[in-house]
Amino acid sequence: MPNSENTNLKKTGLYKDNIQTRRRIAALFQYFCALVTWTGVFLLALLLYQVSVDGIQWLDMQFLSSFPSRFPYKAGIKSALVGTFWLITLIAIISIPVGVATALYLHEFSRKGRIHKLIQLNISNLAGVPSIVYGIIGLTIFVRGLALERSLISGALTMSLLILPVIIIASREAIQAVPMSTRHAAFALGATRWQTAWAHVLPTAFPGILTGVILALSRAIGETAPLIMIGALTYVAFLPEGPMDSFTALPIQIFNWVSRPQEEFHELAAGAIIVLLAVLLIMNATAIYIRHKTEQKLK
Amino acid sequence: MLVSQKFPSRPASLFASASFAFAIFMLLTGCGSREKLEGAVSLDGSSTVFPISEAIAEEYLAVRPNIRITVGVSGTGGGFKKFMAGETDINDASRPIKSSEVAQSIASGYEFIELPVAFDGLSIVVNTDNTWVDSLSVEELHKIWQPGSSVKQWSDVRVEWPQQDIKLYGPGTDSGTFDYFTETINGKSGASRPDYTASEDDNALVRGISGDVNAMGYFGFAYYAANKDNLKLVPVDGGSGAVAPSPETINNGSYSPLSRPIFIYVRKDALEKIAVMDFVKFYLANAGALSSEVGYIPLPEKVYARALQRVEQRTAGTAYGEDNEARADDLLSDD
Repeated sequence: MPNSENTNLKKTGLYKDNIQTRRRIAALFQYFCALVTWTGVFLLALLLYQVSVDGIQWLDMQFLSSFPSRFPYKAGIKSALVGTFWLITLIAIISIPVGVATALYLHEFSRKGRIHKLIQLNISNLAGVPSIVYGIIGLTIFVRGLALERSLISGALTMSLLILPVIIIASREAIQAVPMSTRHAAFALGATRWQTAWAHVLPTAFPGILTGVILALSRAIGETAPLIMIGALTYVAFLPEGPMDSFTALPIQIFNWVSRPQEEFHELAAGAIIVLLAVLLIMNATAIYIRHKTEQKLK
Repeated sequence: MLVSQKFPSRPASLFASASFAFAIFMLLTGCGSREKLEGAVSLDGSSTVFPISEAIAEEYLAVRPNIRITVGVSGTGGGFKKFMAGETDINDASRPIKSSEVAQSIASGYEFIELPVAFDGLSIVVNTDNTWVDSLSVEELHKIWQPGSSVKQWSDVRVEWPQQDIKLYGPGTDSGTFDYFTETINGKSGASRPDYTASEDDNALVRGISGDVNAMGYFGFAYYAANKDNLKLVPVDGGSGAVAPSPETINNGSYSPLSRPIFIYVRKDALEKIAVMDFVKFYLANAGALSSEVGYIPLPEKVYARALQRVEQRTAGTAYGEDNEARADDLLSDD
């Protein structure tokens, strides 16, 4: 009899007939999650609103095409914006091949021994190291050790170190998600490991890799601490002409303006933040578009 | 050097795409542009001095558009490290060079020339709703800020003041302002009571003090000048009557002892470069007018003249000894 079974279960203490309470807890949890989510969204909206109100009045061609100045109405972000473009380009050139190749090697080629595990563990750890530490490494190795001075290439190499763990982990996840059967099929047809990796694994993993790369580059574009550490400059009134030139970047210009006493400079900083957000948005949108295209092709 | 050559200005979008190809080319050929460093002047150092150096650089570029000037901000001490490594030509300093840094310069072989460029008046400020404080003496400041201070309430400073907790705000320990204030008020650089709200961001101090009726704090005059309506300035009595900092009292030395000179340090060997020599002369000729534009107080003309002399005669070394105390009075006296 089900009824007697029920009472028996109750006696054991394993079953409690408290469906009401459980439903209430479930509802409570749902509200809690919603509250947390909307708090985040609200704070972000507030921040964007505040920044827009302060900064939008300064946004014009003059702001984009002028060098920094002591007069707020003359000041602009030309050198910072171009510096940021240079930096991102160099970082991408350096970190994407190295990061993807590392992930590919770790998952497709290397023997999965103890050293392999140790490397995996260390890469995960490196992803959590504070960015200022990378700044110190960059200063010691690139700026002083290799005598690259406070140049774009020093900054780009330092930032590449910073985001490499993120790129490697994301690429590895994407490569791991490629079904084993794809590889088996390729091997069965006589493809080498290289042919399999290049022609089948990489294209399938591409959308995932791209997501990781964009997230990593977005992090690099907003980082200030390592650049300050390696001594990127604050006042630069010329455009870099090569990777050996000294430079400034948007986060540094923002940092400098925020710390000035005059209110107008704080508003300029807000203007620069809007530009930085716009650059980020464009980068992310491009990535989503490319990912969408390639995913369709794969299907 | 005087050939006028504007830097090419390209639209940013075109530039970004072109930079890809160019970057690869540069990486492959391994060619840097270091030979361009002729006709370049690099400055680094204090964030306090930065606005002056930026203004000077901006004006200088208007007359010498083909010289590359860069100004960094690493703090006075951080800047000196780069300076002593030969990485910069000029260091911005909000305090005189320390004896440990002088030792470094002897070790590295880089001699330096010390040039005062402006005054800053460290300002003591309280909340605008603070009705009781009309002045503070140096002794009272010492009593409040000394290490192990027993001052907890305003009445501990003067008995007639209210029995309310005093809330202290000040710059963090990395700041040259902190060094100067503790040196002058507590007799030893870095000696301060630790239980105050410290921030490297002076704007955070301004916000803290303007929002708390029992607050008191100190920072550079420029931050007071930009927030006059939200802060109350406290006149300081250094022994001959209470004086509030103002461009006049700081310039003529009557706001004492909290007026401090701020400096640039020039590497002696860098002066052999025509660009650096030219820039330093321009700096001294224009520091007076431009420093007041960005919130600082110009030095008397004779001090700039004396500084120029030091440059022309390549007089190396510091005028400040072991005690490392830079008073406005030192500069104003006729030695």
